[in-house]
Amino acid sequence: MRKISTLLFMFALSLVAMAQVQVGDVAPAFKLLNTDYTEVALDDYKAQEGVILIFTCNHCPYAKFYEERIKQLHSAYKSQGFPVVAINPNDSVKYKEDGFSYMVDKGYEFPYLLDNEGIYKAYGATKTPHVFLLLKSGADKFKVGYIGAIDDSPQDASEVQLKYLENAIKAVKNGTAINPTLTKAIGCSIKPF
Amino acid sequence: MQLSVFDSMKRMVLSLFVLTGLFTHTYSQQVEEVTIKQLLQRVNQQNDSVYVVNFWATWCGPCVEELPVFSADELHQYQKHLKVLLVSLDFKSQKEKTLIPFIRQNKMEQEVLLLNERNPNDWVDLINPSWSGAIPATVIYKNSSSVFHEGELNLHELKELIKTIHH
Repeated sequence: MRKISTLLFMFALSLVAMAQVQVGDVAPAFKLLNTDYTEVALDDYKAQEGVILIFTCNHCPYAKFYEERIKQLHSAYKSQGFPVVAINPNDSVKYKEDGFSYMVDKGYEFPYLLDNEGIYKAYGATKTPHVFLLLKSGADKFKVGYIGAIDDSPQDASEVQLKYLENAIKAVKNGTAINPTLTKAIGCSIKPF
Repeated sequence: MQLSVFDSMKRMVLSLFVLTGLFTHTYSQQVEEVTIKQLLQRVNQQNDSVYVVNFWATWCGPCVEELPVFSADELHQYQKHLKVLLVSLDFKSQKEKTLIPFIRQNKMEQEVLLLNERNPNDWVDLINPSWSGAIPATVIYKNSSSVFHEGELNLHELKELIKTIHH
């Protein structure tokens, strides 16, 4: 009996680990509430080359470290066909600072969507920030091209040596393979609705 | 006579210095800075001890909520030869200002280490390839084998996880 419960426990753990979309998979669709009270869907971006999809939030220190860099990414890559779409997957009951009114206060130039539908789960995002680079594939789909970190120096933007996300976009632009397609980063675990 | 008063005063001052030095010493030992390599050397032992390594930070709400699990009497009674290492991912600049006062305020008894690494992509996989990098996360080591869990654990779940390493 003890062995069975142990096995079941391990199985439950492995299910959690298996949930994430893989590089090359079709990007799950979403339609969520933006801070301007409109709804924004992945389908709205069909005319773009891709989307920089970032699960992020207000309260997490790592999200704060990257806030300026995310704004810069949007201003640098929007005109190149890779705009930023940010999604906050946290419940404000668990983190007050992540509430909708606080999201509105940020005044971002890119959509900042409230994930009260568990879209983070479809992507397998586990933490904030967690980046998914989506690439246009065919007429009406996006594929996942890169998953992970924005760069290699979360705590200090001035010490960045490897810009993983920007390098991935540049590779797509140059028609070369993205490398690496998956990186690991520390972040705050998501506390969903 | 004069001299001996002066002498004992000198001794008092001296012992004060020694005491202060001693306290500072024990104190800094509580938050040793380690690299992942040093951490892995510490826990990969053939000594039948069970090492519970928890990655946390003072800024991580769920991590702080989970901390009492690792010092629970029930846990230490359940598993003999258990060594808990609480590896903090607090920022190095916050060690004196936030981490040490936090340890003192919460009277934390388990050993706290501060991770001294720069790029998570270099070391997250060395703990476990399935780890996404979200904290809290817990690894249990015994005689060079390990089991890993991402996310919070309650006491029951932690005991179940420890069970899995004995098989």
